[in-house]
Amino acid sequence: MAWQWFHRLGSPRWFYQKTSAWMPWLALASLLLIGAGSIWGLGFAPEDAKQGNSYRIIYIHVPAAFLALAGYYIMAISGAIGLIWKMKLSFVVMRAAAPIGAVLTFIALFTGAVWGKPTWGTYWVWDARITSMLILLFLYIGVIALSRAFSREQVADKACALLALVGTVNIPIIYKSVDWWFTLHQPATIKFTEKSSIDPSMFYPLLTMVIGFYCLYAWTLIAHTREKILQREWRTSWVQQLMGGESATESKAG
Amino acid sequence: MSSLEQPVLDYTPRARNVAGFVALLRSELLLALRRSADIANPLLFFVTVLALLPLGVGPEPDLLARLAPGMIWVVALLATLLSQESLFRGDFEDGSLEQLALAPQPLYFAVLAKVSVHWLVTGLPLALLSPLLGMMLNLPSGGYLSLFLSLLLGTASLSLIGAVGAALTVGLRRAGLLLALIVMPLYVPVLIFGTGAVQAAVDGYAYGPQLAILAALLAGGTALAPLAAAGAIRISLDN
Repeated sequence: MAWQWFHRLGSPRWFYQKTSAWMPWLALASLLLIGAGSIWGLGFAPEDAKQGNSYRIIYIHVPAAFLALAGYYIMAISGAIGLIWKMKLSFVVMRAAAPIGAVLTFIALFTGAVWGKPTWGTYWVWDARITSMLILLFLYIGVIALSRAFSREQVADKACALLALVGTVNIPIIYKSVDWWFTLHQPATIKFTEKSSIDPSMFYPLLTMVIGFYCLYAWTLIAHTREKILQREWRTSWVQQLMGGESATESKAG
Repeated sequence: MSSLEQPVLDYTPRARNVAGFVALLRSELLLALRRSADIANPLLFFVTVLALLPLGVGPEPDLLARLAPGMIWVVALLATLLSQESLFRGDFEDGSLEQLALAPQPLYFAVLAKVSVHWLVTGLPLALLSPLLGMMLNLPSGGYLSLFLSLLLGTASLSLIGAVGAALTVGLRRAGLLLALIVMPLYVPVLIFGTGAVQAAVDGYAYGPQLAILAALLAGGTALAPLAAAGAIRISLDN
């Protein structure tokens, strides 16, 4: 009995129907949190003593970077669940998470570059964190490229799940090695501000933005998953009913 | 070979695995040695690309010496990668891979045998050739041994990691670039510690730690990569 909810999760139909009710709430929460966080962070949080107003990009940069990494683990864990319990739905979530994660990684890199120009005087530095993020982007792109190469979805699902898992094992090693590489080649001019010593007046808007980004991520992931579920399950009667029975002609074309 | 003709049931599982591993290793090695072009091509690629480097950046000895460790490592990495696309392809196309997957021996050992042979015919020659290229690129002579040793350990890890990518893409028709795309990010730690070892040696520091980490990566890779590759082969066979 205790595992019933878990097995129910495996049903795309159950997931689709259940999440219909969540979507507006998630959208509202992310809209409110990101709206409040942006106004608070951009308008009311104090200026940074050294960097002036340019530091304010952290309100987008940091949440995007958090989620870029968390997104990889979400992708890999749902892939692993799919491989272990042969759960259709979790493969769909994995496939949906890949492009979202790639976009977030790109946003983190892009905002980092924009931030780097006024702070370091250059858009791109081969800094440990930047390099790690770039490699993370390549890992995402690898998963996306692999998923597109297969003609059969089920094979693509399993192959991507395996690649994502291999990447997960490697991520800590890659991060540590890039860290080590950076300390070896460290240019003297760049110094990161200590993240832990951030002032509360800057931290709370940042926290709001992070939670807002998590809500937005959840919303995007679920929306993307729902779309993929409809695409994959279009033959089933519940999807045809949902679409108003007009897919009878489509089914011949497919 | 006569021992292989006995009924399989006579073996203990361990002896059966070892016998299967050794038999596959022998046959793969024989096959590889009889297709000598497959051995020569990665080496020729290695030499040719590195010969292009001075043409691109100019013949200044100091500049070449600075670039040498990184360039030799990157090109060795590419040579390993490019030779890896065909790792499982022939066996996949003629059905042997399916037989290996059905065999009583775990697929792990079959993958390990194939990767070992791949390393013996590409990684090992690359490592042996590297001091020569180091000399041509004006690498300080203190770096030769570390270059050789780091490539010796590192290319084995590269072969293991690449095997996972090769197994994932074996069922696809044009896998070359895709293989590079999915495998390259996973090569990063090996590249960093490989060039790190050479750079340390050139600068006159101890390079034992870097080699130890490369050896650790190899140990971890030997344990895990064939498992992942075996899983990937089973997925590809479903395609």
